[in-house]
Amino acid sequence: MNLLKGPSARAAAGFAGAAVVLFAIAPLALSDFRLGLLAKYLCVAIVAVGICLAWGRGGLLTLGQGVFFGLGGYAMAMHLKIADAGPGNLPDFMQLYGTATELPWWWKPFANPLFALAATVLLPMAVAALLGSFIFRRRVKGAYFAILSQALAAAFAIWLIGQQATTGGTNGLTDIQGFFGYALDDPVNQRMVYFVIAAVLLLLMALARQLIQSRYGELLVAVRDSEERVRFLGYDPANVKLVAYVVAAGMAGLAGALFVPAVGIISPALIGIVPSIEFVIGAAVGGRASLVGAVLGAIAVAWAKTALSEEFPAAWTYFQGLLFIVALAFLPGGLASLAGIVRRRRAAAEKKPAVIPVGEAA
Amino acid sequence: MSGLEIRRLRVTFDGFTAVDGVDLDVRPGDLRFLIGPNGAGKTTLVDAVTGLVKAEGSARFGGEELLGRSVHRIARSGIGRTFQTATVFEELTVLQNLDIAAGAGRGVWTMLRRRKGVPEPVARALETVGLTELADSPAGTLAHGQKQWLEIGMLLVQDVRLLLLDEPVAGMSHDERQATGELLQRISEERTVVVIEHDMDFMRSFARSVSVLHAGKVLSEGTVAEVQADPKVQEVYLGHAAAEATADVAVQEA
Repeated sequence: MNLLKGPSARAAAGFAGAAVVLFAIAPLALSDFRLGLLAKYLCVAIVAVGICLAWGRGGLLTLGQGVFFGLGGYAMAMHLKIADAGPGNLPDFMQLYGTATELPWWWKPFANPLFALAATVLLPMAVAALLGSFIFRRRVKGAYFAILSQALAAAFAIWLIGQQATTGGTNGLTDIQGFFGYALDDPVNQRMVYFVIAAVLLLLMALARQLIQSRYGELLVAVRDSEERVRFLGYDPANVKLVAYVVAAGMAGLAGALFVPAVGIISPALIGIVPSIEFVIGAAVGGRASLVGAVLGAIAVAWAKTALSEEFPAAWTYFQGLLFIVALAFLPGGLASLAGIVRRRRAAAEKKPAVIPVGEAA
Repeated sequence: MSGLEIRRLRVTFDGFTAVDGVDLDVRPGDLRFLIGPNGAGKTTLVDAVTGLVKAEGSARFGGEELLGRSVHRIARSGIGRTFQTATVFEELTVLQNLDIAAGAGRGVWTMLRRRKGVPEPVARALETVGLTELADSPAGTLAHGQKQWLEIGMLLVQDVRLLLLDEPVAGMSHDERQATGELLQRISEERTVVVIEHDMDFMRSFARSVSVLHAGKVLSEGTVAEVQADPKVQEVYLGHAAAEATADVAVQEA
């Protein structure tokens, strides 16, 4: 009985249940089109895993995850565009807009699939390490950190738009045909991409859970709640925050890379300010400090966006903003905290009758 | 081994001199009380020694210069402090609080693994500060006095050689004060303890030596009896009371 009750046993059961849903039920129950949409939502959920760690546990309001999502996405898309064009040819958009006759120097390494794959994760992590060490050592915190992240997302999107000849500009990198030799218009291969994404999500959730439960995870919460106190215990909080920030960036990068074969495009509109905020909203609504809450929240909000913006394209943005504010103001722990609140209310209600007679006796 | 040696320590904020050339020696194993009226510079002195504010002069502990080093490096060289308001990690349990305090020297792999069981020094500290029963309670649910004890326990597992405690018995009941005083006497047998305190009864009961600060300077130093007999100290405390009375009148008139 005890084996079934421990938190690790419950987590194992949860992972098994999630695996059954993702690998057996969803592919059977959903059409190819819907499964493709789910793959897209799962990419958002992967970003949310990182946000749960950095924001929920570390208190870093990462309002610029689009930068890392974009770095991963562009790294993957650049390789796929080069592969689509074939040896010696330029990607289609460069032939249209560009005057260059050969690949720009910074595209060339991405012709190598291993380099491109490594870059999808390592490039965002390296950028985050550089930014983070600067930001955290200067003790930039709270709203200033959020605004800075946001500004970076905007700057990155604007830079991409300005470089039409080499980045595809506003259109981004579109019309991606193949994925390491597999044609993406084949539903079987689309299914494979979905399975890869689902597996990566579960793997990263397991990794994040290990981090949250480790001594590092406890220290991260301590830094979130009282950074100064941690410093007096002999730790440098800048390093503690940096680890969470870099890991979250790596996860966002991987999500961006997987988004490209799932959807077939990466563009500035998918990584700027609005998408960066959207990444955070899902985690906030579901519960930023809870891994399961953040992931389910991200999937639910991404799904609601598709469902509602088809019907009410103009109203969705306002609704989304309202959702964010309501979640932060009235339910800071997100939907994941509801169970705990109900339990506490019930416990308090049960306690009351026992307290009253004592009061009367006194 | 030499204890804490402070020489010509000066701290100024925008032209206001909070600590004005303080010389202070605390030998290892001492239980030194820092007393003085509000604004005498007691907390600022501790802030300077722990790296929280910039200071001129010199502050050495165990022969090592502390001024100019960052807060976490000073902490790592064996100096710990508490604050006037107890600051513990409210959402973490008592055990987690102590485990974090014990771990500044841990390697990457230990940090990335889960804590298994209760480390030896943490168990001992729980016993010493009397919180063994509450090890798994969130620190936020502790009573005020218990939080102060947890903070002292955190300094013990941190294995600091110098404890700087800022009003550790503020808001405690008489029994809690007694227990805390006895705890500090036990701790000071192996470590150096400096206590900032306003409570004169507590000071008389437990101090091994006393320094009186006034207007950023050391006014008097010695045993409790010596300091109490010092006419300068009497004047400052009486004069301070008189000044306060005048201030009260001024406020009422305004």
